[in-house]
Amino acid sequence: MLWACLRFPGLAFSAAFAATPEAGPSALLDHKARQRLIAAVNADAAAHGVRRGQNLAAARALCPALEVRPRDPAAENRLLTELAAWCYQFSGHVTLVPPNAILMEVGASLRLFDGWPVLAERLREGLGEQGHAHTMAATPFAAAAWVFAASADGMVIPEREGVRRMLGDLPLAQSGLPSATVTALQAMGFRRLGEIFRLPRPELTRRIGRDGVNWLDRLRGDAADALPAWQPPANFLQKIEFDAELDGSQPLLFPLRRLTRSLANLLAARDGGVQRFTLTLEHARGETTRVVVAMAAPQRDAERLFELARTRLERTTLPAPARSIEIDAAELPTFRPPLRDLFEPIRGDGLDWPTLDERLRARLGDAALRQIALVADHRPERASRYGTPGNVVSPPRRRRPLWLLPRPVPMRPEPAAVLAGPERIESGWWDGADARRDYYIVRTAQGQQAWAYLPPGTLDGWMLHGWFA
Amino acid sequence: MNAIASPNLAQVLDHPGIWRRSADRQPRVRALSTGWTSLDAKLPGGGWPQGALSEILFEHDGLGELDLVMPALAALTQEHRRVIFVAPPYLPYAPALAAAGVDLRFLHEIHAGSTEAAWSMEQCLRSGCCGAVVGWLPDIDYRSLRRLQLAAESGDACAMLFRPAGDAAQNSPAALRLKVSNSDEATYVEVLKSRGLLTTTAPLLRMRA
Repeated sequence: MLWACLRFPGLAFSAAFAATPEAGPSALLDHKARQRLIAAVNADAAAHGVRRGQNLAAARALCPALEVRPRDPAAENRLLTELAAWCYQFSGHVTLVPPNAILMEVGASLRLFDGWPVLAERLREGLGEQGHAHTMAATPFAAAAWVFAASADGMVIPEREGVRRMLGDLPLAQSGLPSATVTALQAMGFRRLGEIFRLPRPELTRRIGRDGVNWLDRLRGDAADALPAWQPPANFLQKIEFDAELDGSQPLLFPLRRLTRSLANLLAARDGGVQRFTLTLEHARGETTRVVVAMAAPQRDAERLFELARTRLERTTLPAPARSIEIDAAELPTFRPPLRDLFEPIRGDGLDWPTLDERLRARLGDAALRQIALVADHRPERASRYGTPGNVVSPPRRRRPLWLLPRPVPMRPEPAAVLAGPERIESGWWDGADARRDYYIVRTAQGQQAWAYLPPGTLDGWMLHGWFA
Repeated sequence: MNAIASPNLAQVLDHPGIWRRSADRQPRVRALSTGWTSLDAKLPGGGWPQGALSEILFEHDGLGELDLVMPALAALTQEHRRVIFVAPPYLPYAPALAAAGVDLRFLHEIHAGSTEAAWSMEQCLRSGCCGAVVGWLPDIDYRSLRRLQLAAESGDACAMLFRPAGDAAQNSPAALRLKVSNSDEATYVEVLKSRGLLTTTAPLLRMRA
């Protein structure tokens, strides 16, 4: 087991500023504190001297132009989930550690990715592309990885003894113990974790409680960590609400790019694609604009999805400024590499019928795809029905038209010549749908051959029922 | 210093994409027999071109235009290959289909509006799992026709498109264009266009007395 921990110190900030990019000095307010305290700042704000932990009044005094937003825990959680989806491509066991960390078991996939240095490089590259500041560490124990990711970025310790040695040197303040416990231990004169590890266990339990001792056990790998494995969801629904209304399609592109990237991350995690999704824009007074983005083949590339959505969006005229944007992808078809003979040439997309059927149904609806079944019934309307073709029924020996009209219509003008007939069809008295007709094969003046009938005993009132197409 | 083995000219010219107009070398067209001997004889490769679009332009319903394709479709379904009807104008009638030899288990119908129909037809052709896709798209434009032709090539499927005879004057990328018309109480099939056909005079075939 090798647990890698990714920490995203800027996650809360990115989540709150997801809808519109921050311009100028910006800061994040902690919603929990009774006082309004700054939780995070961007570089511009830091240059003005705004620091984490200041109260809002002090920050405003330092930088009057400071843009402040409250923390948005729901958005943070969504962003973390999105990152987990992206990480899922590297490991089958990914765990969310709110508020801002992800743990993943990479021991099993190290060989696939040519070892830790290559994997670490891919992680850094991918996260860098998405613009997420991060720190990481990897150790055989999940809790220790989490601790080292905060204090020693890039550290990887593959063997257990090494982890325990490194933990011994760790200052108490970075140990992940609750701050009250840390203060208490420091008051007793302890500085490093190693000094705590040497204490007799009953004494330690009495001083820092069972939870504290458990945490130390987990750090040292003496107690197993039960970490729930995150599963990628089966559909995608994400919405970004704006602080101010955005007019025109241009300002919508920034949030749209975020959404499509997030969708692409989920697709990567599911090893799937998306063939159809809906963009919904909400305007004032409950108006909405829906833009359907459909593709010929499932896609999963973030750039491609963004381009497709962008072109559709730009072609749409928006009735009013938008308040929120949402992407809804209900169906994420699984990507299945086609199985086939080694020597059989691959035709086209190389789909099998069930996949094609699924794809057509996804777009057209279930009712649009039908099969035709033959039924042993003398009444022409009932000899054919939509349904699964079942047992082989022998077709009637008489000539029948390939096209049947949905219902017989009066024939205008009357047929020019009768080619064959009459064929008396009389059936159905037992179920109330009685039919008694004389069928003829007739020719029209244009040379068409038709299947038409007359009520028995009459010579006019031709009814057209089919074409010998 | 040519490191790559250069094929000789004859080999290059053997490529199916190269058409040489000479009497002794008929172009190789892979085709699906139409089941009508006299028609097969007139068509390059002896039938419906595979991996290409064929158009059947017909004047009226009921001239036998569907009869023209039924033997080939029946043969495909008997080989357990899928045949798709896209947006047919009437109900395909099972007794007649069965009598024509169609294995109904391999026949599917797609019920769709005109834009969706063009999309579905393209999807089916491109998928590579359909033997033939037969469509009724009355108001199709050149661009969509071209897409269908490319899709048929990529999926190596037979695309058959029924269109009104009035569209015969329109330009089309189809590999084969047949016109079904009626005169003197008989149905005639005329080859309007055929890729790889040497004769310039259009042969007229009498199909239905």
